[in-house]
Amino acid sequence: MMPRGKTLFEKIWQQHVVVPETEDTPAIIYIDLHLIHEVTTPQAFTLLRENNLKIRAPKKILATMDHSTPTVPIGSLKDLDVVAEEGPAQQIRDMIQNCKDFGIELYDFDSDRRGIVHVIGPELGATQPGRTMVCGDSHTSTHGAFGALAFGIGTTEVAHVLATQCLLQRKPKTLAVNLHGHLNNGVSAKDIILKVIGEIGVDGGTGHVIEYRGDTVSSLSLEQRMTICNMSIEAGAKAGMFAPDDATFEYLKDKPFSPKGRDWDKYVARWFELKSDDNAVFDKEVNIDVGSLEPMITFGTNPGMVMPINGEIPDHKGSDSFRQALNYMQVESGQTLLNHPIDVVFIGSCTNSRLSDLQDAATILDGRKVSESTRTLIVPGSQSVKKEAELLGLDEIFIRSGAEWRESGCSMCLGMNGDTVGKGQLAVSTSNRNFEGRQGAGSRTILSSPKTAAASAISGTVQDPRKYEVR
Amino acid sequence: MEKIKKFTARTVNLPNEDIDTDQIIPARFLTLPSKEGIGECLFADWRFDSSGNINHDFILNKEESNDCEVLVAGNNFGCGSSREHAPWALVDYGFKAVISTSFADIFKNNSLKNGLLPIVLPKNTHDWLLVNPGINITIDLENTRVEFDNGDNHVFEIESFSKYCLINGLDQLSFILNHEDDITKYEGSL
Repeated sequence: MMPRGKTLFEKIWQQHVVVPETEDTPAIIYIDLHLIHEVTTPQAFTLLRENNLKIRAPKKILATMDHSTPTVPIGSLKDLDVVAEEGPAQQIRDMIQNCKDFGIELYDFDSDRRGIVHVIGPELGATQPGRTMVCGDSHTSTHGAFGALAFGIGTTEVAHVLATQCLLQRKPKTLAVNLHGHLNNGVSAKDIILKVIGEIGVDGGTGHVIEYRGDTVSSLSLEQRMTICNMSIEAGAKAGMFAPDDATFEYLKDKPFSPKGRDWDKYVARWFELKSDDNAVFDKEVNIDVGSLEPMITFGTNPGMVMPINGEIPDHKGSDSFRQALNYMQVESGQTLLNHPIDVVFIGSCTNSRLSDLQDAATILDGRKVSESTRTLIVPGSQSVKKEAELLGLDEIFIRSGAEWRESGCSMCLGMNGDTVGKGQLAVSTSNRNFEGRQGAGSRTILSSPKTAAASAISGTVQDPRKYEVR
Repeated sequence: MEKIKKFTARTVNLPNEDIDTDQIIPARFLTLPSKEGIGECLFADWRFDSSGNINHDFILNKEESNDCEVLVAGNNFGCGSSREHAPWALVDYGFKAVISTSFADIFKNNSLKNGLLPIVLPKNTHDWLLVNPGINITIDLENTRVEFDNGDNHVFEIESFSKYCLINGLDQLSFILNHEDDITKYEGSL
């Protein structure tokens, strides 16, 4: 019998085993890069202080502030008290102090490297194929777009990694999601991942690492792959991954932390080997037809409650949870949401705040006005994305259209920094979660791509981007 | 860490499926600097209206739910964000275990590190618990068994090392720290 090949995940896992798993104990896995931010670290630093522990590898930490940070300009820390509430402001100050006390470099307010942690990792070249990466944030799965094994952890585990650069882990299972066909006009990576979550369900990936495969993959840009990996967690998956290819190497070349000179060729040769063997076996496989895909929107209170933009809200089939979700959203089975009035549009978040996302939105908003009844907030993923967008004049397109153009941060995705959707208001949002009250207490959320969000901003209703897109 | 071996407690039911960590504790409370008192914010948007008044219709606010220490919840409990504030809030409120038919991975991991038992039971047993609210059950962690007053019992699965740590009141960090030499050796090979 032919030996069974290894999946991409299994290869990276094996390379990082410090102590193998036994029946009694999980494996000790080495972590190459630890991303940290202000919200899920304070109690971890407290644990280190209480136990007199040091940081094992400060150079293997990338630290920024993104969740609680204001998206209005901040000149200095003094401004913080003016624009931020006491809780977030204190959390930001604690982060600065903790990084100082423990010798960690922090991308602070004055740093042009600051931004959403899942946006700056890749743009700095800190995210690399074959690396193990963790962060106290579920959307760490984003970095799998580069063929890294990246996943979210809790604060106790953040303390484990700070102190030991290691994690205790049982080996997860593998799920192949095979994508077939090519994206049509007006359809984007966000629509692919919403479709995947709708197909396999919000717990379809639980206990599994997803590898996205199939003929669609080579035509997807790294930014599109990041959007797909980002929301793998919304299907319950431990992580999402794409095997690195020429597009990956091209993206990473000459980034600040990418290998340089002779090292570059050595690394590329090594990265090139990071793919699942032809005879690798996945624990589960799913096929998704991308070619027939339409723009997708959510209608309920989790990302699995999703339908094509022209679709009708399905029947509850006797599920109380489903019925409650529709009640919360103030919608009914059989209803279409196209042309349904909205109050807010948010374009941003670690899912859709990169340059190509903003370009998608700008293509539709260029020369048009957003509806007077729709507050439109556009928040770049990082200060670097902001700068690039402004060099291209996207900021002018947005401002001329009547949208608000802000500093980088997580912003209205989870509303920790004061950017919120009001009680009862309905938002079309390019973020990743439409949970009850996610964008502010009592807020209602429809998830969509940046194109759909931009089209909806113009009309003040849920709108099909194909109506506005130049062909 | 307190040792957990065996305890008897009353159940309270929250049958909704896919209860996410934003419901367990909304994001606006994530700026709290410590774990103490965080139970005040548990299910905040379900327990209180937007003016902060108690929602008397919500099950946890009813008198019959006082002192219930086992939450029986719908499938896929704890999905969404990685916030460990979710199990902290449940524990601080007074819960010792959550019973469901499945848990999200990160929530399950976080719970096991905070003395909150995530117990998966078969659907028919779970269904039975949902139609028989507020009953006393015994959770025997050493034998990984849930025991009912009528003599029925069900074995559940729990990751073996987490179980060992919970029974003996140990934290998992010391285990990794004890492998310091292996970590140094690994780093040397990079």
